[in-house]
Amino acid sequence: MFDFLGDYDILGAFWTTIQLAVLSAVGSLIWGTILAGMRVSPVPIMRGFGTAYVNVVRNTPLTVIIFFCSIGLSSTLAFNLAPENSPTFIIDNGFRLAVLGFVAYTSTFVCESLRSGINTVPVGQAEAARALGLSFSQVLRIIVLPQAFRSVIAPLASVLIALIKNTTVASVIGVAEASLLMAEMIENESDAIILVFSVFALGFVLLTLPVGLLLGWVAKKVAVKR
Amino acid sequence: MRLSRVLRTSAVVAVAGLTLAACGGGGESGSKNLVARAKEDKKITIGIKFDQPGLGLQTQAGKPEGFDVDVAKYIAKELGVEESGITWKEAQSAERENLIEKGDVDFIVATYSITDKRKEKVAFAGPYFVAGQGLLVRADNTDITGNTALNGKKLCSVKGSTPAQKIKDEYSKDAQLQEYGKYSDCITALENGSIDAVTTDDVILAGFAAKSPGKFKLVGEPFSKENYGVGLKKDDAESRTAIANAITKMQQDGSWKKSLEANVGPSGYKIPEPSPVTEK
Amino acid sequence: MSGAPSVLYDAPGPKAKARNIIYTVIFGAILVLIAYLVIAQLAEKNQLAGEKWTPFIESGTWVTFLLPGLGYTLLIAGLSIVIALPVGAIFGIARLSDHKWIRTVAGVIVEFFRAIPVLILMIFANEFYSEYTDVDSDNRVLFAAVTGLVLYNASVLAEVVRAGILSLPKGQTEAASALGLRKTQTMTNVLLPQAVAAMLPAIVSQLVVILKDTALAGGALSVPDLLRQANVISGNFGNTIPTYIVIGVIYVVLNFILTSFASWLQKKMARRKKTPKGTQPLIDAPSQITTTTQAGAAGTGGGI
Repeated sequence: MFDFLGDYDILGAFWTTIQLAVLSAVGSLIWGTILAGMRVSPVPIMRGFGTAYVNVVRNTPLTVIIFFCSIGLSSTLAFNLAPENSPTFIIDNGFRLAVLGFVAYTSTFVCESLRSGINTVPVGQAEAARALGLSFSQVLRIIVLPQAFRSVIAPLASVLIALIKNTTVASVIGVAEASLLMAEMIENESDAIILVFSVFALGFVLLTLPVGLLLGWVAKKVAVKR
Repeated sequence: MRLSRVLRTSAVVAVAGLTLAACGGGGESGSKNLVARAKEDKKITIGIKFDQPGLGLQTQAGKPEGFDVDVAKYIAKELGVEESGITWKEAQSAERENLIEKGDVDFIVATYSITDKRKEKVAFAGPYFVAGQGLLVRADNTDITGNTALNGKKLCSVKGSTPAQKIKDEYSKDAQLQEYGKYSDCITALENGSIDAVTTDDVILAGFAAKSPGKFKLVGEPFSKENYGVGLKKDDAESRTAIANAITKMQQDGSWKKSLEANVGPSGYKIPEPSPVTEK
Repeated sequence: MSGAPSVLYDAPGPKAKARNIIYTVIFGAILVLIAYLVIAQLAEKNQLAGEKWTPFIESGTWVTFLLPGLGYTLLIAGLSIVIALPVGAIFGIARLSDHKWIRTVAGVIVEFFRAIPVLILMIFANEFYSEYTDVDSDNRVLFAAVTGLVLYNASVLAEVVRAGILSLPKGQTEAASALGLRKTQTMTNVLLPQAVAAMLPAIVSQLVVILKDTALAGGALSVPDLLRQANVISGNFGNTIPTYIVIGVIYVVLNFILTSFASWLQKKMARRKKTPKGTQPLIDAPSQITTTTQAGAAGTGGGI
């Protein structure tokens, strides 16, 4: 009864899922930190932009965002992320646009987590840093953010787990990740849907559980003792 | 109505969520056949597409329009039901057999190809139209002439559809395939130039092209044969014959052609001669 | 906070003021440039043409397509939260049970459904209902969407409730048992009401999550929700891009109202509690996430 599973490239699909998740996670961390920096910066226009960006993007369904990246950015605005004459243009471009969409969306959650992390840093730290004559970017880079990061590892782990699961949405623009394959398999093997579902459920449990456990352990380990 | 639905949903979902086993109330259908019911109640429920221009499209005014809709109206009239007695119901591709088997609709006119596999579950009357797989390109395109000229080109179709895969497998191996959730996404991508061609049944493509005349054109010869039939309950032979007769009548009295000309004509699509009704 | 400089930087002197102006000009110029490029490109691709946008000022578009779609979206979201709340509360309490096997079973179920994408739960539920039940097609997709959302969100809410109860002072339980209350009475009369009050902002935030996730149903299950109306609208007018922009704006406005409500609620709740001395925040507290972090002893995955 398990033999039909061999007809499908399940590992390949999950490999795409993992790639999507890892690249998006790195991107979101970078862009989310920049956004958080903007939101607490002394320049009003940056604060305004950061606030507006977070409020709009965070409140838009991810499906709509991913779709906009494909139909809006690529098709209409001709903003492509792969050489147009490449023989694998559609696959590469779709994958990269999906990553872009995930970064745009997930970074808002990274930004908000970081902002709450900044709050856990005692006021005296920032005051002492300013008294030493450090500038805003130095205060943030050297004193506040390193402490903030250590206190938000647990919430960031939640964001990462959510991101891993959210990669399934890339199927709306035809990226061949796990959920697209599952939908196809369910259609073809309609008498074994429970089995198909179990396989994919297990796959996601295997991806997300270790991440949660590992980062939970790290969070305890690096927590700032106060 | 709304409340009872809410309650039923809550109950079923709550039970199912906890035990993963649910029993919902099934749809009930009268014991009489379609022809008898239509004559008596003067009411009928018809499944159509809601999002296919030229064939079955829900319009802003709330009324559907298109060739499939015209066929459905004609059949209803022949069965003795006026337009005001028709309830339109959206019949999405994956749902069609289900809708018929459970009696949610009386019959379906929704670009429904007659296949042996489907005949195991439902009966067909027709074909009322014979479509073929086609290619839609931008009007100014000159280098795509047919299904063998797609190597290196970007092709779009909807997820899980066989037509696009068929082109890749059989005709143009080096074509790239973009999959979206629906045809209107492909059409937008085609309009904006990010893909080169859209493929599916030619009459569906013609319906989209007719909505924006002058922008797109169909190319090449159709390279498959899709017999569109009217789907209904499997054991209802009398109604099937009645529907088949209605289709034949529509083809003969000229309203068949008139409807096609109005709905897909503006695309430049060559309207074929009606093909004989074989399923009756 | 009105006008007062943040604790992160000094009040700008003349040099810093000049530098800020330069930053403002550069950053502003970049934003304007991007906006210009986008608009120019949209215009070139004919996406700004009047006929693509006028449908949205006609009442028919709203009455026939958008409003029913919005209603359906709200129906899915409403049903889901109404069912997920009690289910989540039950599981949250079960995880605190004195009996080890109840704790373990509840824990496994909660962790399992938190680990699986909603989209996959929905696709599976839809196929499951279609194979093994005879729910009619209209209700089936609705059930499938609600099932997927309930399974996931109930398990998130279970963690919220659990963390909420754990966050209560131990004296509450002790006082209750000193009064001779049973375990169940302690839970329902003493702990749960306080925990729910404290968790209210997190619950509202979860509603935002549900509302956004209903869009998955529109994309994958063909539920006639707000997002799916895009098919019919763009089928009529050939205006995919404007349609998605309008629908996106509706979602943003709706969720923004809910998010604002959540942070208002949170501020109100916070004011009721005494703030411990000396923990003045560095910046204006961000909404939503703080609630989840405080609540999430185990870091609830509810943020997204």
